[in-house]
Amino acid sequence: MSVFNQSRSRIIKLVFVMAFAVIIARLFYLQIISSKYGKMAKSNAILEKPIYPPRGMVFDKHKKVIVNNTLAYDLMVTPAQTKGMDIDFLCKLMEIDTAEYNQRILTSIIKAGRQVPSVFEASLTPQKYARIQENLWRFQSAFYIQERPVRTYPIIAGANIFGYTAEVDSGYLKRHADEDYQSGEHAGMTGLEASYEKVLKGQKGIQVLLKDKDNKIQGSYKNGERDIPAIAGSNLYTSLDMELQQFGEKLMQNKVGSIVAIDPRTGGVIALVSSPTYDPGYLTGPDRSKHIRELLYNDPRLPLLNRAVSATYSPGSTFKTLQALVGLHDGVITTQTTFGCNGAFYGCGSAKPMKCLDPGVYYLKTAITHSCNTYFANVMQRVINNPRYPNIDSSLRVWDNYMYGFGLGHKLGIDIPSEKSGMIPTPEYFNNPKIHGQGKWNYCSFRSVSIGQGEVVTTPLQVANEMAYIANKGWYYIPHIVDSIEGGDKFGLLEKYKTKLRPIDIPDSIFEAVHDGMQGVMESGTGRGSKVEGITVCGKTGTVENYYRGVKQPNHSFFAAFAPRENPKIAIMCVVENSGRYGGTYAGPIVSLMIEKYINDSIAPGRKALETRITNTNLIPPLMKQKMNSIDSTKKVKEIEKQLIQNSISLSGPVNDMDQKIVKMNKSKVPAQPFGTNNYLLNTLAMILPEKNYFPISLKPISK
Amino acid sequence: MNQRNPEISKGIDWLLVWLYLALCVIGLLCIFSVEYRSGENIVQNLLGFKKEYSKQFFFMGISFVIAIFILLTDSKFFTATANLSYLFGICLILATFVVGKNVAGSKSWIPLGVMNIQPVEVCKIFTSLAIAKYLSAPDLDFQKTKSQLIAAAIAFAPAILSVMQKEPGAALVYFSFALALFREGLPAKYIVAVLSLITLIIASIIIKQDVLFIILTLVALLLIYIVKQRKKKSRNVITAIVLIWMVSVGVQKFLVPTLFEKILKPHQVVRIFASFGIDDYQFKDSARAVAIQKEYNKLGTAKKGDNSKVESYNVRQSKIAIGSGGFSGKGYLKGTQTSGDFIPAQNTDFIFSSVGENFGFLGSTVLMLLYFGMMLRIVFVAERQRSTFSRVYAYCVAGILFVHVFLNICMTIGLAPSPGITLPFLSYGGSSLLTFTILLFILIKLDADRQMVLR
Repeated sequence: MSVFNQSRSRIIKLVFVMAFAVIIARLFYLQIISSKYGKMAKSNAILEKPIYPPRGMVFDKHKKVIVNNTLAYDLMVTPAQTKGMDIDFLCKLMEIDTAEYNQRILTSIIKAGRQVPSVFEASLTPQKYARIQENLWRFQSAFYIQERPVRTYPIIAGANIFGYTAEVDSGYLKRHADEDYQSGEHAGMTGLEASYEKVLKGQKGIQVLLKDKDNKIQGSYKNGERDIPAIAGSNLYTSLDMELQQFGEKLMQNKVGSIVAIDPRTGGVIALVSSPTYDPGYLTGPDRSKHIRELLYNDPRLPLLNRAVSATYSPGSTFKTLQALVGLHDGVITTQTTFGCNGAFYGCGSAKPMKCLDPGVYYLKTAITHSCNTYFANVMQRVINNPRYPNIDSSLRVWDNYMYGFGLGHKLGIDIPSEKSGMIPTPEYFNNPKIHGQGKWNYCSFRSVSIGQGEVVTTPLQVANEMAYIANKGWYYIPHIVDSIEGGDKFGLLEKYKTKLRPIDIPDSIFEAVHDGMQGVMESGTGRGSKVEGITVCGKTGTVENYYRGVKQPNHSFFAAFAPRENPKIAIMCVVENSGRYGGTYAGPIVSLMIEKYINDSIAPGRKALETRITNTNLIPPLMKQKMNSIDSTKKVKEIEKQLIQNSISLSGPVNDMDQKIVKMNKSKVPAQPFGTNNYLLNTLAMILPEKNYFPISLKPISK
Repeated sequence: MNQRNPEISKGIDWLLVWLYLALCVIGLLCIFSVEYRSGENIVQNLLGFKKEYSKQFFFMGISFVIAIFILLTDSKFFTATANLSYLFGICLILATFVVGKNVAGSKSWIPLGVMNIQPVEVCKIFTSLAIAKYLSAPDLDFQKTKSQLIAAAIAFAPAILSVMQKEPGAALVYFSFALALFREGLPAKYIVAVLSLITLIIASIIIKQDVLFIILTLVALLLIYIVKQRKKKSRNVITAIVLIWMVSVGVQKFLVPTLFEKILKPHQVVRIFASFGIDDYQFKDSARAVAIQKEYNKLGTAKKGDNSKVESYNVRQSKIAIGSGGFSGKGYLKGTQTSGDFIPAQNTDFIFSSVGENFGFLGSTVLMLLYFGMMLRIVFVAERQRSTFSRVYAYCVAGILFVHVFLNICMTIGLAPSPGITLPFLSYGGSSLLTFTILLFILIKLDADRQMVLR
């Protein structure tokens, strides 16, 4: 009986073996052939958390830290995981409304996608940070806090030199696609931060973490063996003298313009003042974007514009020093050549004569000293009409080559982005039919260029470099802020600053002649008001006429100098925009104070009064003042309007219990005198209102 | 009974015992790996009863004690009480309709303080005994249809009750008794018929209705043509073919669509569709289609019309865990899917995924060898029995083990829909572990006494 169906046990065994084979085959496929599951497991469980190294610090020439780091906390969000969260509570913690919340989530989805974390709010204030940190577990899977080093500035100065860092946008990511940037990260956008981004940013590290299904962190993956440590950014050592920089910024307060001071021996920039400036820390904290808006759009003085390298002006009479060099070297004049000036330059016949200040007969030294327009008009006329050259095109090109050699008409290559190249008029420029056209121009068409007006345009940096060039008697280093990089210049960023440039071989004697003239400026010429006791300063004033939309504006005050003559340590220029008067009036004293401060380390007691006077002078150009006032008054009107509306609400009816009580108390004790405060406000309003009377509609019932 | 000091080790099949112990220990290690997080105090947790591995450890202890009790029991006890215990089991299942505790949507559990008992689970033992008892009756002629039907009724009664309790997975296991019945002479045609029916149902799920209809018709016509060529008197055969064709078409055109359109719950439909990778089934009733789509959305894996395979979250995570194990696994306690809690119910139904992830292809193969080694050993043990009762019982055990292991593993590796069947000895749960322990040790005891028992 029992063996009746025994053969069937074999079939059953076969079924078992076949089932076994099916399972093993499937396991073989899943575990050995297919490789996608390993990747899926990794993307499930592994979080590669970037670790941001501190950016490199910046030191001044005395090895003082001028740009440092501290930690900021960003709230990050992964939009895909925000479902089912207590959003109202989050909004309450973040002090935003739901609409704003939705807007931000939408922005981050657009920016980085649903699955990728992006910044929900950057640089949390300490209060918000504390509140969020405490409640973070409620929003755990979608929100986390990311530490990020941000800049601090121990010395509040030089904002435009350092520039700022900002979150990279999609455009930046596109431009730097081959570098390892990701949405939400920060990079240098302007100033040194941008120029030295490669060395400052260091190397981002990666912490490989294990997470569970709720994205909670379990710990490090494989005991951190796959972590990549972050490498701190390299420090920058600059040639800046922060004391002088601060001093310069103080002198330039309430003025618009800039000061550039270069050490002619090295090309290192000692001070680079652009005024008005701002606290560099203003662009790091939680209110960064608000502040940027203020500085960018709401201040007509354009504080974010680095005037020292990005603003261009006609150089005015400071340009004459270069004309002297050209004249002497080209052989059209000697130091003894004289030109008479009887009131103006009439070399161009019927054209409007070019005035000169003091009539008389000048040779080179006195012409520089007294800034004689006629003299240099004649010099340039001789250069341009030099019979040695076949035509006016070639002679202008000769002149252009001198100018290029002196560092004009092209970007010098300072390590601050946004440098402008300025302009030197070329034959091509005049041959353009829109300007003059081939053969339709001669020296008289651009004679004002000879005295630094008209078609010649330079940056303050170029003028300062000119001074370094003259001080060195024929050579210069490209001006630069950073002298050395800690750990070596791996990217060759500093190479071009190590080469001495000697574009034109001009004998020392020619420079001596120009020096003589420039020394004369300080001793008996247009800059004699800016003498510095004990230091032989060579300087040149410049008074630059300028126009805004065809309307003549007050003159720019220019002054360029170097000192001491025997052993130049500083080449410096200063421009005060639309100050009115002359170069020697404002720019001259500023330069002299800067030189004194730099070389003597302090201002002599006798000149303290000058320092105070300059510091306290307000030279904001009238056009800007006007704009600022109108912006200020609209702002004030808005504020008062708001206050009035609030008052009228609280007067028209109780808003809450507390108000009700107050109103009851007021009713019982004090007779209603609701308009007392408002009358005051209305009066204030009337005072600051622009010409037309302006009453917001909501005020009507009160203003009866 | 007569012996004063029964030597319990005498005649015991130690290979089965060792296989059992090995599987139990692997199970405990797996449950531990699922729950353990680095830095936990193991001793405290083990004694504290807070963790499932500590409870499983306790259940293992109970199981061992019960195993020893079974070995001490006279094997005649099981034959004598077989029918009684079956009745008791049925009563237990019926009792759940009254006092059942609701666990995960089905009211099939009876709370017993420390652990919950699932009568359908336990009833497998009693049903095995009852079938063995019925088939071993000396005057039984299993060739008669009547006795075949009675045997089937014994096997499926608990299953039907279980379906009524919304535990279709547990009911599926009762198909395993077909193995024992087959061994005892149930004509192969029944099994072939059932398998054909299953194939037909699967085919009508996978293949488009009209296409399948054409295929069936073509096959039928081809068969009729062949039969006509071969035989002269072919009327009966042709009638049979036409009848079978009609039944097939009825199933594929009406039964299966009705199942999906009306009878099955949306989540069950999706579960079945998901395991076959279907996502473009056209529902006639738009309300039904919406309900089904909702279930799809719950899976969150693929949208309708998307070519990527639809599968449930559990199965996908389980496949990721097993697939990422590679050849030799990530190492014990180093599985990221396991420690990251990615697989729901990993301690119970999906315990195999932790083996696959931690020990890789190598470990999984070893585990499969243990299981199939055990099954083949049971078949071997069955065939050496002198009593029909022991043999049928052994085949019942082998069948239950086979269905559990095969369906559970296929579910974790994405070959079958997830019916909620535990992996014997490995899955967490006192009910499951105790059931399989009793099941196995009754067999071991019967085998140990094979010389004494005559039938």
